[in-house]
Amino acid sequence: MTTLLLIEQVLNGLQSGIMLFLMAAGLTLIFGVMGLINLAHGSLYMIGAFAAAAVAAATGSFLLALFASLVAAAAAGVVIELAVIRRLYDRDHLDQVLATFALILILSEGTRWLFGSFPLYLDVPSVLAGPVTLPGGIAYPAYRLVIILVGLAVAAGLFLLIGRTRIGIQIRAGEADREMIAALGVNISALYTLVFALGAALAGLAGALVGAIQSVQVGMGEPVLILAFVVIVIGGIGSIKGALVGALLVGLTDTLGGVLLPLALGGIMDASSATSIGSAIASMLIYVLMAVVLIFRPTGLYGTA
Amino acid sequence: MTFKQLLAATCVVAFGAGAQADGVKVGMITTLSGGGAGLGIDVRDGFLLAVKGNDDIEVVIEDDQRKPDIAVQLADKMIQSEKVDVMTGIIWSNLAMAVVPAATAQGKFYLSPNAGPSALAGKGCHQNYFNVSWQNDAFSEAAGTALSGEAGKVFLMAPNYPAGQDIMAGFKRTYQGEIAAEVYTKLGQTDYAAEIAQMRASDADQIYFFLPGGMGISFMKQYAGSGVDKPVSGPAFSFDQGILGAIGDAAVGAKNTAHWSKDLDVPGNAEFVAAFQEEFGRLPSIYAAQGYDTGLLLASAAAKADVDDADAFRAALKEADFQSVRGKFSFAANHHPVQDIYLREVIKEGDLVTNRIVGTAATDHSDPYGADCNL
Repeated sequence: MTTLLLIEQVLNGLQSGIMLFLMAAGLTLIFGVMGLINLAHGSLYMIGAFAAAAVAAATGSFLLALFASLVAAAAAGVVIELAVIRRLYDRDHLDQVLATFALILILSEGTRWLFGSFPLYLDVPSVLAGPVTLPGGIAYPAYRLVIILVGLAVAAGLFLLIGRTRIGIQIRAGEADREMIAALGVNISALYTLVFALGAALAGLAGALVGAIQSVQVGMGEPVLILAFVVIVIGGIGSIKGALVGALLVGLTDTLGGVLLPLALGGIMDASSATSIGSAIASMLIYVLMAVVLIFRPTGLYGTA
Repeated sequence: MTFKQLLAATCVVAFGAGAQADGVKVGMITTLSGGGAGLGIDVRDGFLLAVKGNDDIEVVIEDDQRKPDIAVQLADKMIQSEKVDVMTGIIWSNLAMAVVPAATAQGKFYLSPNAGPSALAGKGCHQNYFNVSWQNDAFSEAAGTALSGEAGKVFLMAPNYPAGQDIMAGFKRTYQGEIAAEVYTKLGQTDYAAEIAQMRASDADQIYFFLPGGMGISFMKQYAGSGVDKPVSGPAFSFDQGILGAIGDAAVGAKNTAHWSKDLDVPGNAEFVAAFQEEFGRLPSIYAAQGYDTGLLLASAAAKADVDDADAFRAALKEADFQSVRGKFSFAANHHPVQDIYLREVIKEGDLVTNRIVGTAATDHSDPYGADCNL
């Protein structure tokens, strides 16, 4: 294993972590502010990807496609919040899980009805299609590098929004004491709709960005959703910073574990079984990570009890 | 899952309305949602096309969502409350291993339209289990032979589940040359950045991979963007019609092995391709062809024997007296296919990315596990 390969794998881990962050940020925001467990967050990711694929097919422009993913997912978020989620804030978590699970089924079948069961075609823009050479001679796909940059920009924007703006103050206040900020004249239900739409837009953006290098298909959000839940549990529920750190930890553990474990096991057994046993163990690594974090910090890295 | 039940009920009404009491009741458990839905839908559509208008065959369809636990529940339901005679439909080897042995042990017939795990071809073979597709290793054994001497050092990649291991075992069994590396990924994995980096760093001359459905789409798109320019090849599952549209030009030129292709010149194939396109508005894949052949086989047996007379029905199945869209088709002693396997190349026909046959990779191929089967 050369240093160059290791650096490339670290970049890969960063990139997958950044993508997870876009998913986890919305999830943790909605959970933290509204106390709502939204299993349908993965469906918003799927909606973003399908909107992007449809617009890219119609216009040929990737930027328009990205914009469409934001708009479509945010609009879906607003509709869902007004029609369903709004009725769930005062219910217990089990009701929320049940209702948002139903939303998954409805949105998946609806997408299948609209677009069919076969994966859609969405390609990366041709300027980003090839690799770029980084200092040190690492050839790395340009598109993945752009994903890292976009993700970091979104993270910075989110920190500014939550930490430095009036709306951010209201969001944080809503997290602490819902009745009090309502009494102070803040329109709490409009604020909740806004937060939900913001979370949905982030998931939609992640879906469109990832859809271009993976497959745009019904059900694509569910595996990501599970990882995103792992991320917010590790990071601490409600914490954007926790979501970022958790996502990077999960991304790096997943990528590096999958590469290094089979190599390490190769030293003590034959190559064929080392790769199959190594990759089996590697796929459990993030859950081991989660368990270890929870043993030492039961509320997650940045969670407050 | 009320919606799915409704869907299943609709299918029963649509396709079984004229069924007589002495017809065959078929339970189809296949993947209709999630990452592998395209495969299950093609098997279902091919099967229904083959038995269309056949009043002797009633079909109940359920979605296993590619989850073994759901497949087992559905199988119990089909056997106990639906009282099906024959089961079929499963796409994935891990699901087949969870369902098939139990179903055959309860006296049901199982016709596999896709999965062909080695365990069911060898020691675990059963008189009521018929595989109408292939044994998992088959395409790769043929590919290993076809690529020997020209591919150099090969980098192998497959998901870590029974079919992934079978397929790589098949390649290694016949390939005369060096294996540069062997990598197993998670089933359902969608990001292959780490594996592609390993390919770039390795001294392999060629990549041989097995990634069916959405996994193959993700890998091929990422591979094309990585700048790694080693040629790729694999069994047909990685380059099939259902996913070529989503991969696009990145797949053009890739070699793959299959028992069927839409341009295969045998009686009935052109008619099948035309009828499938007419009915469903898309080109059939190998999964559709397998589903179609499974339907034809079942219909041929149902016309000859009563399913309640298990011995007669089994003998009728064993004869494989139907015109396969693959051309010649017969069962070996372990009820797995004896068939030709072709080398295909991904080409562009106008705007359409598709396969054409460029050669024959194996003639009268049958699997090596039959020796362990005591049928």
